[in-house]
Amino acid sequence: MTATSYALADAEPRSAAPAVVCRALTKAFGDGESRVWALRGVDMKVSGGEMTLLVGPSGCGKTTLISIIAGLLDPSDGAVSVLGEDLRRLRGSRLVGFRGDNIGFVFQQYNLLPALTAAENAAVPLIIQGRRRGDAVARARKVLESVGLGHRADALPSQLSGGQQQRVAIARALVHQPKLLVCDEPTAALDAQSGHTVMKLLREVAVQPGRAVIVVTHDSRVFEFGDRIVFMGDGRVERVEVPPARANNAAGEYKE
Amino acid sequence: MNWIAWKMLTGDRAKYIGIVAGVTFAALLIAQQVSIALGLLLRTTSTIQDIADVDVFVMDPDVEYIDDLKPLTDNDLYRVQGVAGVAWAVPFYKGQGRLKLDVGRRDGPGLYQQVIVLGLDDATLVGAPREMVLGSLAALREPDAVVMDVAGFQYLWPGEPLESALGRVLEMNDHRAVIVGLCKASDTFMTFPILYTRYHQALQFVPQERRVMSAVLVGAEEGVSPEEVCRRIEERAGKASGGGRALKALTRNGFKRTTIDYFMKNTGILLNFSITTALGFVVGCAIAGQTFYTFTVENLNQFGALKAMGVTNRRIVGMVLFQALVVGLLGFGIGAGLAALFGEVVPRFTRLAFFMHWTILAGTLVAVLLIVALASLLSIRKVLVLEPAVVFRG
Repeated sequence: MTATSYALADAEPRSAAPAVVCRALTKAFGDGESRVWALRGVDMKVSGGEMTLLVGPSGCGKTTLISIIAGLLDPSDGAVSVLGEDLRRLRGSRLVGFRGDNIGFVFQQYNLLPALTAAENAAVPLIIQGRRRGDAVARARKVLESVGLGHRADALPSQLSGGQQQRVAIARALVHQPKLLVCDEPTAALDAQSGHTVMKLLREVAVQPGRAVIVVTHDSRVFEFGDRIVFMGDGRVERVEVPPARANNAAGEYKE
Repeated sequence: MNWIAWKMLTGDRAKYIGIVAGVTFAALLIAQQVSIALGLLLRTTSTIQDIADVDVFVMDPDVEYIDDLKPLTDNDLYRVQGVAGVAWAVPFYKGQGRLKLDVGRRDGPGLYQQVIVLGLDDATLVGAPREMVLGSLAALREPDAVVMDVAGFQYLWPGEPLESALGRVLEMNDHRAVIVGLCKASDTFMTFPILYTRYHQALQFVPQERRVMSAVLVGAEEGVSPEEVCRRIEERAGKASGGGRALKALTRNGFKRTTIDYFMKNTGILLNFSITTALGFVVGCAIAGQTFYTFTVENLNQFGALKAMGVTNRRIVGMVLFQALVVGLLGFGIGAGLAALFGEVVPRFTRLAFFMHWTILAGTLVAVLLIVALASLLSIRKVLVLEPAVVFRG
């Protein structure tokens, strides 16, 4: 698959209510001569109901960008609005609470707690929100069923394959029904088949009306799953493309 | 969140056991060493403890501890007897004698043995042992009669039946002595056998001096506190009376405290045991701190993920402190339990001094909580400065 397979798209998504808006976003690390610019003015919008892929070579600023969008990192300059909230105005426990209520995370290394079962791991965001453990785990079991792991709900992470662990991580990211899902290289630690399965699952389960999904990846084999692909280079958005399968599918429904 | 903290803690069993073991070791060492030190210090007061039914001890003003009793005169006894609030006052002798053991003996401690001689008032036997094991206290009124403590007898004649003690003739300072009974007595600091005898009998055993009375044992009148009697004795019989010899009067607890203070100030007990206890504390801090820190560092990604998912720093600190508290309480429980077991079992086979007062347990708990608090401090700092974005860096 090459870039020529894709149609160039507008930088603005079609949806009227963008879930994420970045304007002239910059981020620098270090001071003086050792200062490094990770983002050099990013303008980007991400819509609800869409899966946006952030792609580009290592060091192009993908991870920095999703860290800022997820409220884990402060930008040096520019504006970032997530679900209508100006993140730069949210501070301390309000920002942490906002993250806990509205954002789901899928990490490259899964970051499952090794001592918790799959169901207990998936229940963690609900427990963080203060839900009773029993209720939270019961809800997590249902979500695990939706990702095809209902039969392994009581297994420890060490008893699961990499692909299964990532599916547990997806269940954990979705259990509290966030409006924004941020996935960092979700297929990087998986073989091709498992990676495909995970992306297909994300497409089927995570992408829903009103929920924006941002996936950072450098795996060109999964580009087909995105509604929009944002190519980054040297701290900037170079172009935005739409995969052919989406270009002809206004509804945005995925068909394999 | 505490449930998650608990699961994280116990999930890595090796580290969990390592941290608990470190704290357990510290708790064991602290509780055990302090209990031994206290046991030793209490042994310095065992004679005071064993002299029953006495409210006040009157002695020379320069006396600093029970083994340092300086001689009084008969006149001092009469002066004490004349003080208001004193129901009765009797003479008391405490000194050391040298016992000549059976000639030809090859086992045991040797031909001669130092013993503690306690001379009780001839008429009342005030200060007599609380519990006789063999023989009767009344037999002390017989000529040359002595009552020996059981531990002393077993020390001098190991393996011999207790019944063989009755009627056994000894030679003390070239005087004849006959064992008429065995009694229970608290272990002494000096570990010498104890011989109870009548006051005037004791004076025959020991080298003759002009002044021989060691102390005056006093009973307070009903309704008058021992403290008040002490005050009156010191005021009336002491310097305030003008011309007379000053006297020091102490209640039982006061005399114990004075004795313990002396040994703490003038022997290495406090310093030596403090060093061991401090070492236990430091080693506990080092083991628990190092293991806890490693545990936290290895879980940084998990903590980072939790922070990313909406756990506040405050709750993270709460989780780490909860883990520390669990480890601390477990380590304290096991360590203090082992120390108590040690104190229960070992003295059955040895003459180990051991006294575990509840304040020792409370102090050990405080020390352990301090250890885990210090151990968790480094970890907390590490977690607090952790950027949640670290979870996106693979």
